[in-house]
Amino acid sequence: MTETPIETRAPGRWARFRDSDFFYAFKRSPVALVSFAVVMLLVLSSVFAPLIAPTNPFDPASLNLMNGFTPPMEPNAFTQESFLMGTDDQGRDVFSTILYGMRISLFVGLSAVLFAMVLGIVLGLISGYFGGWTETIIMRIADVQLTFPSILVAMLIFGIAKGFTPVEYRDQMAIWVLILAIGLSDWVQFARVVRGATLVEKSKDYVAAAQLIGRSPWAIMIRHILPNALSPVLVIATISLALAIIAEATLSFLGVGAPPTQPSLGTLIRIGQGFLFSGEWWILFFPACTLLALALGVNLLGDWLRDALNPRLK
Amino acid sequence: MLSFIIRRIGQSVLVLLITGLIAFSMFRFVGDPIDNMLGQERTLEDVERLRAQLGLDQPFPVQYFKFLENAAQGNFGVSYRQGRPVAEILLERAPATLELAIVSGLLAVAFGIALGVFTAIRRNGVAANVIMATSLIGVSLPTFLIGILLIYLFSVELGWLPSFGRGDTVALGGWWTTGFLTESGLKALVLPAITLGLYQMTLIMRLVRSEMLEVLRQDYIRFARARGLKERTVNFRHALKNTMVPVVTVIGLQLGAIIAFAIITETVFQWPGVGLLFINAIQFVDIPVMAAYLMLISVMFVGINLIVDILYVFIDPRLRVDRAGGH
Amino acid sequence: MMTDTLLDIEDLSVTFPTRRGPFIAVRDATLNLSPGEIHGLVGESGAGKSTIGAAIMGLLEGAGHISGGTVHFRGDAISGRDRAAMRALRGKKISMIFQDPLTSLNPLFTVGAQLVETITEHLDLTEAQARDRARDLLDRVGIPDPDTRLDQYPHQFSGGMRQRVVIALALCSEPDVIIADEPTTALDVSIQKQILDLIRSLVDERQVGVILITHDMGVIAETTDSVTVMYMGEVVEHGATAQVLGHPEHEYTRSLIAAVPRPDRKVERFPQISYGGRETRFAVEELAKDWPETPAPDGPLVEARGLEKRFLAKGAILPGMRQYFTAVDDVSFDIRPGEVFGLVGESGSGKSTIARMIAGLYPLDGGEVLFDGQRVSGADTATLTSFRRQIQMIFQDPFSSLNPRHRVDRIVAEPALHLGVIPEAEVADRVRDLLEKVGLGADAAVKYPHEFSGGQRQRISIARALATQPRFLICDEPTSALDVSIQAQILNMLKDLQEHLGLTMLFISHDLPVVRQMCDRVGVLKDGRLVELQDTETLFAAPEDPYTQELLRLMPKTDLLSTEGLAEL
Repeated sequence: MTETPIETRAPGRWARFRDSDFFYAFKRSPVALVSFAVVMLLVLSSVFAPLIAPTNPFDPASLNLMNGFTPPMEPNAFTQESFLMGTDDQGRDVFSTILYGMRISLFVGLSAVLFAMVLGIVLGLISGYFGGWTETIIMRIADVQLTFPSILVAMLIFGIAKGFTPVEYRDQMAIWVLILAIGLSDWVQFARVVRGATLVEKSKDYVAAAQLIGRSPWAIMIRHILPNALSPVLVIATISLALAIIAEATLSFLGVGAPPTQPSLGTLIRIGQGFLFSGEWWILFFPACTLLALALGVNLLGDWLRDALNPRLK
Repeated sequence: MLSFIIRRIGQSVLVLLITGLIAFSMFRFVGDPIDNMLGQERTLEDVERLRAQLGLDQPFPVQYFKFLENAAQGNFGVSYRQGRPVAEILLERAPATLELAIVSGLLAVAFGIALGVFTAIRRNGVAANVIMATSLIGVSLPTFLIGILLIYLFSVELGWLPSFGRGDTVALGGWWTTGFLTESGLKALVLPAITLGLYQMTLIMRLVRSEMLEVLRQDYIRFARARGLKERTVNFRHALKNTMVPVVTVIGLQLGAIIAFAIITETVFQWPGVGLLFINAIQFVDIPVMAAYLMLISVMFVGINLIVDILYVFIDPRLRVDRAGGH
Repeated sequence: MMTDTLLDIEDLSVTFPTRRGPFIAVRDATLNLSPGEIHGLVGESGAGKSTIGAAIMGLLEGAGHISGGTVHFRGDAISGRDRAAMRALRGKKISMIFQDPLTSLNPLFTVGAQLVETITEHLDLTEAQARDRARDLLDRVGIPDPDTRLDQYPHQFSGGMRQRVVIALALCSEPDVIIADEPTTALDVSIQKQILDLIRSLVDERQVGVILITHDMGVIAETTDSVTVMYMGEVVEHGATAQVLGHPEHEYTRSLIAAVPRPDRKVERFPQISYGGRETRFAVEELAKDWPETPAPDGPLVEARGLEKRFLAKGAILPGMRQYFTAVDDVSFDIRPGEVFGLVGESGSGKSTIARMIAGLYPLDGGEVLFDGQRVSGADTATLTSFRRQIQMIFQDPFSSLNPRHRVDRIVAEPALHLGVIPEAEVADRVRDLLEKVGLGADAAVKYPHEFSGGQRQRISIARALATQPRFLICDEPTSALDVSIQAQILNMLKDLQEHLGLTMLFISHDLPVVRQMCDRVGVLKDGRLVELQDTETLFAAPEDPYTQELLRLMPKTDLLSTEGLAEL
C-alpha cells in the first residue's frame, strides 16, 4: 500500500469562508437568506432591464398614447394590449418604467455610498492615525455636518450645485449632482466609524510591531489597520445603501432629484401620486412596493450583518 | 463643568459663523444676484445702483460681515420669486412648522423611549420581536410613502381626516397663528404629525434598544443583580439612566432632523410651513430664501444641541468635575 | 438539626450549548464551604472556576445551565430554584465580588445611593437608618472619611478604594457566603495585599465563608484555608491548603506548583513536569548553528541617558495652558552585552513607556538612547535601518500583537522582508524553519492567529522576532497574560535564547518573582523615576530603597509550595 500524502496545503479563501461562523450564521438565518435573495433579484433584474422589460419606456417609437391608463392585467379598451402592472398616463408600461427606474435608483445609491465610503475611510484613517490638528479639523467638520440631517445637507448641496449648473445642462447633470449630494451628506458615518476603529487598532501591539521595523504610516494604515476596520464599514455601507436609496427617492419625489427624463423610483412615485385620487392606483402602487422591497431587503441584510459581525451580541 | 459649557458655546458660535459663510457664499456666488433680481430688461445704471445697494462692490470680508449684521437683525433680503422680504415670509410660515415639529417630536420621543426600553427588556419575547420586525419596515418606508399611505387610507378611503392644509387657524399675539384651538386645525394636524413622528420614533426606539442591551451587558449590571436587587430596580434605575447618556445626544440630533424632515411632510400634505417654502426655493433657485432658511434652522439646531449638552452635565456626574489628567 | 456546612456542592455539572454541540464547562465538581473558611478555587483559564461561582449565584451567562448535581445552602437545595427565589438569596445570604472594580460600580450613582438601595432591598430599614449603616460599612472596609465619601461618585475613588466599596456592597445584609471572583487580579501588588487582608479580617470577625476564585498560587498560599484545584472543568485535587500545596498528589497540581516562579529562590530552568501533553520542543541549539557572530562592543550595548517623556493631560489651544503628565522622569541606565536587564514597577510607573522609547516607538521629550555606541534618537535613515535590524520586541498581549487578518507566514516574514535581511526567495523556507524550531510545526505558516492559543501565539511572536536575527530583544511583560504553566515554557525559551544565542534583553515586568528568575540586573521604577538599580540577587537579599523594601514585603509568600523538582541555582 502506498503512503497517502499528508495534505498540508492551506484551505482556500472560499473554503475558509464556507467553514466560517459567519457563513454558518447566514445559512441558518431565514431572514438573511430571504432578504439576500430579494435584493439579488431586484439588482439583477435592474441590471438586465433591457432584456427583461417588455418595452423601452424611453423610446418614443414604442409608445402609444392610446394605451394610457390601462389597469394591470386587463386588456386596453382601444388596443386590446394587456400590461402586467398597467400603464401610466402616457401609455408607458409601468413594469418597464420600474425596471429602468430601479436602475437609476440603484446606480445613484451605490455610487453615492461608494463615494461616501472612500471619502470617509480616507479621512477616518488619517484622523484616527495621525491625531493632532488634522484630526481636530476633520472631526469638527464632521460634528458640524452631523448636526444637520443628511437629507437636508443633500438638498442644500443639490440646490447649490443646481445654481452653478447652466440651465440647459441641469437635467443631464442631475444624476451626478444627486450622487455628489447624497455622498457628501453621508461620509461622516464612515469617517467616525473608521476613526474609532483606527484608534482601537492603533493601540494594539501588532501596529507597534510594524512601527518597530519602520514601516511607513501609509503601509500601516492600509495593510494593517484597514483590514481590521472593514467589518463595521461593511455594516455601515449596507445600512447607508438603504438610506441612500431612500434619500434619492425622497429628493426625486420632492422634485429636486432625478428629472422626469430619467425617472427613478422616487420620480415615478411623484408622478403616480397625482393619479391616486382619481383611481389609477397602480401607477403609484407598484413603484412604491418596489422601493419598499428594495429598502427593506437591504435594511434587513444590514441589520443581520450588524448582529453577525458584532461578537458581543452572541 | 463651566469650561465644558463655555467650550460648547464657543463651538456653537463657530458653527453659526460657518453656516453663515455658506449661506453668504450661496447668496454671493451661486448665479449672479443682479441677474436674478433684475431680469432681462435693465440699464447699466440699474445694475450699478443695485450693486452698490447690495454692497457687491466692497471686499469679501466686509460683505460677509455686513451679511451677518443684517442676518442678526433678521434682514435676509428679498425673495427672487415672490419679491417680498424673506424675513416676512419666513415669520408668517414658521408657526405652522413649529407646531407640527413639536407635536411629532413629543410623539417620537415618548413612544420611542418606551418601546425601546420594552423591546430591550423583553428581548426574546414575541411582542418585542414583532415590534422590532415592524420597526424595520418603518425605517425602510420613506416618510413620503407613509404620508401617501395615510392620506389614501384616512382621507381617500375613510374620509375621516383632511388630506392637505392646516385647517382653520387662530391668530395669537399679532404674528403667531395656531391650529391647536380649532377642531379642523387639530384634525389637520393628525396625519402630518404621525407621518413626521413615525420615522423618528422608529430610529429612537431602535437606538434606545441597542444602547440598553449594551448597558445590560456591563459588569455593574451583573453586580447589581448579584447584590439581589429587583429586576425592576436593575432595569429602570440602573440600566435606564446609563442608557440615556448616549441616547440624549442622538435625540437632540433627531429633533433637528424632525425640522428637516418637515420639508417632506409639508410637501406631501401641502402644509403651509417653512419646509414647503424651502423646497420651492430649491426648485426655483431662490437663493435668499435658501440662505435664510439655512440660517434659521442652524440657529435652532445649535440651540437644541446646547440644551442637550447642558442636560448631559446633569445626567453624567463625570462631567461635573473638571479633572486634570485622566486618560 | 442545622448542618455545619454553609455551601455543599455535589457533582455539579454546567453545560453551554454551542454550534459544535454542548460544551461541558464544569463536570461533576464537588466542594464544601464552612463558616469562617476561605476556600480557594484555583486553576488556569478554561478550568471552569468562574463558571462554578456564577452557577452558585444563578448568574450563568447566555444559555448556560446546571446539567447535573446539586448546590445546597445551609442544607437547602438552591440549584434549580426559580429566578425570584434565587434573587431573594443573592446579596442577602450569598454575595459576589467581581474582578474589575472599575466596571463593577454604576458610574452615574453615588456610592451612598448604591449602598442604600442594596441595604433597603434586603433589610427592613428606613432611608436614614440605611444611610447610617452604609457609613458604618464604608468605615468597616477601611475607607477614611466615610461621611464625605458616601456622596461621591465611583470615578472619584482609586482602584483599590473602589474594590473596598464593592466589598462593602457585598456586605450590606451580612451575608453568610461571599464568592470573590479574582478580586485582586486587576490591582497592583501593594493594593492586593490590603484587599486580601481585609477579606481575611472579615472572615475571622464574622465567620462568613468565602470562595476565593483565582489563578494565582501566591494568593492561594497566603490567604486560603483549603483549596480545590481544577483542570479543564474537573476537580483534580482538594484539601487543606498546606497539604495540597506542600504535598500535591495529582500530577496536574504538581506541574502547576512547579511552574510558579518563586520570589525566594532562583532556578536555572522551570521544571517541565508535563500534563495533558502540552509540552513543546524548542530547538534552540539548531538555531544557534547559523546565528551570526557579532563582535561584542567594549562598552554597554544600550545606553539610556536622562530619558524623559511627558503626555498631554489636559489640552488647550494656547501651548502655555496645556498640562502635562510626566510619565518618565530623568531615567538613565546601561544594558551590557549578553545580559538580561529588568525593569520592574507597578502600573503607571513608566516601565512600558521606557521600553517603547528605547525601541523608537515613542519620541523622546528629553535625553537620548545609544545603541552600540551610536545615537539612535534623531539618527539618519541608514543608522535607523541598521538599528531596526538588530532590535526586536515581544509584547504583552498575545491576542493583539499579531494582526488577526494576516496569515502566520506573512506575520513572521514581514520584519525580515521589510528590512531586507533575507532574500525574498528564501523567506518562505526561513519562516517554515523558524516555526518548526519554536515548536509549532511548519504547517502553522498557513493558518491565522485565531487558530492558536495564547502560548502558541507568543511562540509566533518569538519566531517573528528571531527572523531578523537581532542582537537585542525587548520583552514587554511577555508572559503576564499567560497561564502559569505556559508562562514557564515561554520563560524557559527566553532563557535559552539568552544562553545559546547570546541575546541581550530588556525585560519589563510587574511580577517580582518572574524578574528574579529572569534578570541579571534590575531597575525599580516608581512614578516614572528609577529608585533603585542593583544586581538581582543583591536587590532581593538586601533592598535599599524603602519602596523596593515595601514591594518585596507585600509579595504573596510561597513558602507553603512544594519545592519538588526545583534545582536551586
